[in-house]
Amino acid sequence: MDFLRPATWEEALAAKAERPGAVPLLGGTDVMVEINLDARRPAALLDLTAVPGLNAWEHAADGRLRVGAGVTYARLIAELGDVLPGLAQAARTVGSPQIRNRGTVAGNLGAASPAGDSHPPLLAGDAVVEAESAARGTRMIPACAFYLGVKRSALAPDELIRAFWAAPASGPQYFSKVGTRNAMVIAVCSFAIALHPRERRVGTGVGSAAPTPRRAQEAERFLAGELDWTGGAPLDARVAARFGELAARAAAPIDDVRGTADYRRHAIAVMARRTLTWAYDDYRKKAAECA
Amino acid sequence: MRVNLTVNGRREAVDGVWEGESLLYVLRERVGLPGAKNACEQGECGSCTVYLDGMPVCACLVAAGQAEGREVRTIEGLADGDRLDPVQRAFLDRGAVQCGFCTPGLIVQAHDLLSRVPDPTDAEIREALAGNLCRCTGYEKIIEAVRLAVARGAGPA
Ligand SMILES: Cc1cc2nc3c(=O)[nH]c(=O)nc-3n(C[C@H](O)[C@H](O)[C@H](O)COP(=O)(O)OP(=O)(O)OC[C@H]3O[C@@H](n4cnc5c(N)ncnc54)[C@H](O)[C@@H]3O)c2cc1C
Ligand code: FES
Ligand code: FES
Repeated sequence: MDFLRPATWEEALAAKAERPGAVPLLGGTDVMVEINLDARRPAALLDLTAVPGLNAWEHAADGRLRVGAGVTYARLIAELGDVLPGLAQAARTVGSPQIRNRGTVAGNLGAASPAGDSHPPLLAGDAVVEAESAARGTRMIPACAFYLGVKRSALAPDELIRAFWAAPASGPQYFSKVGTRNAMVIAVCSFAIALHPRERRVGTGVGSAAPTPRRAQEAERFLAGELDWTGGAPLDARVAARFGELAARAAAPIDDVRGTADYRRHAIAVMARRTLTWAYDDYRKKAAECA
Repeated sequence: MRVNLTVNGRREAVDGVWEGESLLYVLRERVGLPGAKNACEQGECGSCTVYLDGMPVCACLVAAGQAEGREVRTIEGLADGDRLDPVQRAFLDRGAVQCGFCTPGLIVQAHDLLSRVPDPTDAEIREALAGNLCRCTGYEKIIEAVRLAVARGAGPA
């Protein structure tokens, strides 16, 4: 096995082009488990943690945030919690403090597990993955086009994730996860919601309840049309229930050791209703303050 | 390959490291610091917790090469000679140690918590220690030990 440690981003891209089989390494919280347990013996590891700038985030010219691949969950929570609240909530549920001190959203994307906690809020918040290759330069992949199958993503073998882009929240965002205990668990299933008041649009993400993380588009369209965007009226219980039903319908879960398909569908409906209630309550409070 | 790193303030140049090797293996088997324990090698138990550039991490999940040029502080680096760190002292005084296997990881993790949050709530203590498993104590004594360290004014060290 080789250990490649590029000192610049250009070197990293060149290395990945030359050796598409080299396994990129950020926090190592997925990769090292596989190596320790002998589940994977890559020909080379491509450590990206020495690449300068990868662990920084910035406000881009278009108002969005550009978060470097090396930004850990711990830093995302501490530094971006107020602007990316849905993602930060999800990050707070990842593993343990030790895992959050190393693990990254880019690594979560690289692993592309249907159970990855960052995926539902990335989908709900219309995040975009910035991927780059030496041969073809930069490519922007919307989160909704990134996940292709169980642990399969749109990344080409010669591509690396450089950053993800997301707009600062313009409305309430919530994430909810069902696990068998409070800490250190993979999601049995999860759900994220984002209200986008300016466009009167709703974003959703369903996790661990289909071969890939996915949006619940019918639920989004239904809710965008039914929600009282003036914030005047309380949430109609029938609207919330219907939203839950439609969200559950978007799921295509399987029975496995962590839960049954039926349970997952039920839990998605409950989480969709609950996160909507929290989000809409926040929204009304804000609307009342501004009135 | 060779890995250069600083461990508990001492520069080490470690030779013959396998490219897929973990920092934990380097510390235990090559630098001769068996304080950080090896149990699960998958990030689940926290018994291998060490500081890497001031952040507690599972040493079993850090590739040795990633520690090149960086600073590691292990449980062995917390005491000042024979003078134990207040968190170590509190674990002993409260009887928070039974077999002791989980203790180094728990102490590093608690040490980090108290250096950032001098007066944590019980919920904060439990959250900070959520990644450290103990098969013996039932955790109550461990949490009491952290509270004792707080009461004695354990702070940044
Ligand atoms: C004890 C434990 C608990 C966990 N709990 C959770 C949890 O609750 N929720 C959750 O979602 N996950 C969890 N995980 C999984 C893991 O922590 C996350 O998937 C994390 O986001 C991975 O990030 P990383 O930086 O450590 O990735 P790495 O392990 O470094 O990489 C992960 C994958 O992404 C690829 N990759 C890394 N960087 C790039 C890049 N720049 N471009 C392209 N590909 C890249 C790697 O080659 C690899 O395939 C847990 C892991 C452990 C060990
Ligand atoms: S040995 Fe590293 S977490 Fe268990
Ligand atoms: S004292 Fe034995 S594992 Fe904690």
